[in-house]
Amino acid sequence: MSYLKIENFNKSFGNTQVLKGIDIDLNQGEVVSIIGSSGSGKTTLLRCINFLETPSDGKMTLDGQVLYDSKIEVKDNEKVLREKRLNFGLVFQSFNLFPQYNVLQNITIAPLLLLKDDVKNYKKQLKEQAKTDASLTRAEIKKKILEFKENGKKSINEEAVSLLKKIDLSEKINAYPCELSGGQCQRVAIARALALKPKILCFDEPTSALDPELTGEVLKVIRSLKEDNRTMIIVTHEMGFAKNVSDKIIFMADGVVEEQGTPKEVMENPKSEKLIHFLSNVSEKDGE
Amino acid sequence: MDFITITLKLLQGFLTTCEIFALTLVSALPLGLLIAFGSMSKFKPLKIFVRCIVWIIRGTPLMLQVIIIYYVPGLLFHLPLLPRFIAVLVAFSINYACYFSEIYRSGIEAIPKGQYEAGKVLGMTKTQIFFKIIILQVIKNIIPPMSNEIITLVKDTSLARVIMVAEILKYAEDFTAYGLIWPLFYTGIFYLLFVGILTLVFGWLEKKLSYYKV
Ligand SMILES: Nc1ncnc2c1ncn2[C@@H]1O[C@H](COP(=O)(O)OP(=O)(O)OP(=O)(O)O)[C@@H](O)[C@H]1O
Ligand SMILES: [Mg+2]
Repeated sequence: MSYLKIENFNKSFGNTQVLKGIDIDLNQGEVVSIIGSSGSGKTTLLRCINFLETPSDGKMTLDGQVLYDSKIEVKDNEKVLREKRLNFGLVFQSFNLFPQYNVLQNITIAPLLLLKDDVKNYKKQLKEQAKTDASLTRAEIKKKILEFKENGKKSINEEAVSLLKKIDLSEKINAYPCELSGGQCQRVAIARALALKPKILCFDEPTSALDPELTGEVLKVIRSLKEDNRTMIIVTHEMGFAKNVSDKIIFMADGVVEEQGTPKEVMENPKSEKLIHFLSNVSEKDGE
Repeated sequence: MDFITITLKLLQGFLTTCEIFALTLVSALPLGLLIAFGSMSKFKPLKIFVRCIVWIIRGTPLMLQVIIIYYVPGLLFHLPLLPRFIAVLVAFSINYACYFSEIYRSGIEAIPKGQYEAGKVLGMTKTQIFFKIIILQVIKNIIPPMSNEIITLVKDTSLARVIMVAEILKYAEDFTAYGLIWPLFYTGIFYLLFVGILTLVFGWLEKKLSYYKV
């Protein structure tokens, strides 16, 4: 069975139906690229996957767990929704870094907030334990919690530092987003998403807002993630990149999956009229 | 009457000026935020209601509002008059809260949607997003218009004397009965000093937040 299974995703905004029954299967460690002309619903699909939009219809299963099913009429509370969102990471076209935080803080802010929840739970658990275990004094509990907190913070920071190394921005650790180039911002945004260890990382045109000479550095980082066997969904207009990084390419047109297959099948042997037309319109180029 | 006596007398009035200023600020700043949320509410009736109130308050003179708050409850409902000073505070707080609310609203609406969404996909709660990400950016956005409005408040305090609350200008005016005009002009120094200090404070705040750009 596939790792991520999306069945019959539909999404309407008012009267306009943007997604018209999308099915996607993705195995663990696979990279799928989504291509298609502007307005075909690629962003909307990613937003549905990341729970930024609710599909009007459809079902999504990840690792055997049903994350969304329009047939089941329960409205998730915020906590459940957050947990579901954390299965995925999303890198935006416009980076959306937090301008008031420096690079390190941008990467660590979310994990540190999650650590707070963990600390709370740990505290509860210790208090419960103290009821039966007399040796667990108040001072002891305090000490344990402090230790837990410190260890958590330490590992979050270490993780951030190693991520910075991975995206080759160690020297910018204390820089603010306004002091970085677009390519550097996007790399930080990737590190920020990775810091939460998502099961699937999604990219929405990660290089579209960049000057051509900066796309290469971002694509290089994504390519290195592929080597780490990360499961990724990449919406992109970089055909050359899509071709050599993906295991599978999905071509979307007007809210449906018009054609899909291996890069070879899709790029070299397009079958549908629309894909042939689309491919002839985009000049093939790699960002490197 | 010598210079010292008059200065001391004016200082007494200036104290009232400062009280009106400070108490209005303390109540209008949070009230304004509440009104801002109301005017951005997804619940249409509330939104329309709040925006109407803001329109009425911003559309009529503050002096008129002070008079209404002071006299109308008694005239219409035979309620006892509010203490003058309290009436001034109520009118000022409501008035300034409405102005502040519009500043907050524009400051909040200027934050790109992407900031909220980035917070969401990073698993933050709504409260965390607001307090950890949004609020500082809003503060940075609103400092210039806010400082304008707050400086206006310093001078608007002089409207309190329409219901005989004796602030500095009222004191100065009383000296004209003795044929002394210059204390009236002298009050200008007090205002200028006050506004000067405020300008420095806001300048400092702006500088503090200039470590980043959007
Ligand atoms: N919140 C919304 N409300 C109404 N219509 C929307 C909304 N979001 C997207 N749409 C519409 O849905 C359609 C698909 O939009 P989407 O952004 O998913 O396309 P896309 O494939 O990502 O395009 P692009 O390549 O330009 O990014 C568009 O016609 C757009 O106008
Ligand atoms: Mg898009």
